Amino acid sequence: MSQLAVDAARLPRARGRALGRPALSSGLALGYLSVIVLVPLAALSVKGAQGGWHHFWQVAWNPESKAALELTLGLSLAVVAINAITGTALAWTLVRDDFPGKGIVNTLIDLPFALPTIVAGLTLLALYGPTGGVGVNVAYTRWGVLLALLFVTLPFVVRTVQPVLIELDREMEEAAASLGANKLTIFRRIVFPHLLPALLSGVALAFARAIGEFGAVILISGNLPFKTEVASLYVFQRLNSGDEQGAAALAVLLLVISLGVLLGIGGVRRWAVRHDR
Amino acid sequence: MAIEARNVTKRFGDFVALDDVSIEVESGSLTALLGPSGSGKSTLLRVIAGLERADAGDVFISGKEATALAPQKRGVGFVFQHYAPFKHMTVWENVAFGLSSRKRPKAEIAKRVDELLELVQLKGLGKRYPSQLSGGQRQRMALARALAPEPEVLLLDEPFGALDARVRVELREWLLRLHDEMHVTTIFVTHDQEEALELADSIVVMNKGRVEQIAPPRQLYDEPANEFVMSFVGPVNKLGDAWVRPHDIELRHEPNGSTREAQIERVVRLGFETRVDLVRDDGERLHVQLTRDEADQLELDAGDIVYLRTRHERTFTA
Repeated sequence: MSQLAVDAARLPRARGRALGRPALSSGLALGYLSVIVLVPLAALSVKGAQGGWHHFWQVAWNPESKAALELTLGLSLAVVAINAITGTALAWTLVRDDFPGKGIVNTLIDLPFALPTIVAGLTLLALYGPTGGVGVNVAYTRWGVLLALLFVTLPFVVRTVQPVLIELDREMEEAAASLGANKLTIFRRIVFPHLLPALLSGVALAFARAIGEFGAVILISGNLPFKTEVASLYVFQRLNSGDEQGAAALAVLLLVISLGVLLGIGGVRRWAVRHDR
Repeated sequence: MAIEARNVTKRFGDFVALDDVSIEVESGSLTALLGPSGSGKSTLLRVIAGLERADAGDVFISGKEATALAPQKRGVGFVFQHYAPFKHMTVWENVAFGLSSRKRPKAEIAKRVDELLELVQLKGLGKRYPSQLSGGQRQRMALARALAPEPEVLLLDEPFGALDARVRVELREWLLRLHDEMHVTTIFVTHDQEEALELADSIVVMNKGRVEQIAPPRQLYDEPANEFVMSFVGPVNKLGDAWVRPHDIELRHEPNGSTREAQIERVVRLGFETRVDLVRDDGERLHVQLTRDEADQLELDAGDIVYLRTRHERTFTA
């Protein structure tokens, strides 16, 4: 009876794998991307492609747009790298450690979701800006933009890794310990491979968020071309100057690149679940 | 002594899992920790392995004080009830883990893993993942994994608990042969008295965090130290203050000086044995085990009045 249930539960998954369909959480990451980004992509593509490929490239690619695109991708990848570490560490602390106020900290994680991003930008500017009380001024610098992006992407990795960590069979770690593995080896060879799929889903979401973020960065970045102007701000600025095609063209480029990155992450994720847990 | 636990106490909150427990396990022996669930047997095993820290008491492994030693340094192989396979690693990688994490040379690892896979009859399945193995195969993989670093002591937590009856019997015999070949000091936890009696050289009976008796199987069965051991190790009947095993009751149709009267409620024929359920006037129920021949000669039927006489009656002073 229970064996049947297990087989039944496994069937659709096995078939999904055979057809090379992305696993569920990558599907969610891409679904998120579709609603926010990919559906407008179709409309944008039409807009951006008016006048053919050559024209598209001409309006899309100029030194300013190139700088904005590079900055956006660079920052988003930094966001991915930092979130992967801090998000996992936060999830670990929330699951494995006991400390007073744990419930409150757990709730705090979701606040960046609840706050209007423009308010988040405003708060960061007030705190870490020229008049901020902490003595650190990152306003109108790339550090400021990075800070804003880290703020709005914080929950993703924590909230994807946390449940996997809760479910993780602690006996595996005990078995590894009795087999002589030290703590680092246990994390590297036992815990981490089990977290990796969730971690990748989390960073994919964070990446998607970071690459399109607008509200949180608009205030703190100061929107300085070649310095702090990210792609979304560049697009906004093109629209403001009536260059709809230029805006659409860069947006399309941005989306194509992010799609590529997300597919790449999805691929790694499929490899990470190859043993079909 | 391969393993010694001295006055070990362990609490989980208000629950006392181990209450001043002391055991000694001889080198090369196969010892069972037997008891009902919640008796502390698994906790004791985990304390010996270093997976649980005792609140009080000491643990010695191969004569060395190990009380504060990390599990990594105890030279103990541990097999979990649900095997705790490394799901993301192949069978081969699972077995190799204890060697590769100690940075042994590759050639040595390969040789040892191949030997072990052969020993546990999983040769040819090295490239599979644990999810592709049957329960019995997973169990043997876990055993090979625990044996790989050549532990001085092998600890098995309910090793057959999660297997179906037929595989369980096969694995028991196999484990016994393996132990005869390897002579690794082994302790296994079980709640199944038959399993303990069949496999172990020495049985530690536990109840409510305490050791009730430590003895070889035969002695445990024939000379139980108290009522708990008597009733836990094998079936029993209670006749007033006395305890008697079902096979230590004789039935006859005619009364005789010391016999007691009872009525047959049911006769169950189970292959070579026949089980007779009796009720006495005072409502007490008794189970009697007879061989088939004995039962056939007596021509017993439900409703008959019979007279019983006991051999080896036992009373305990509480």
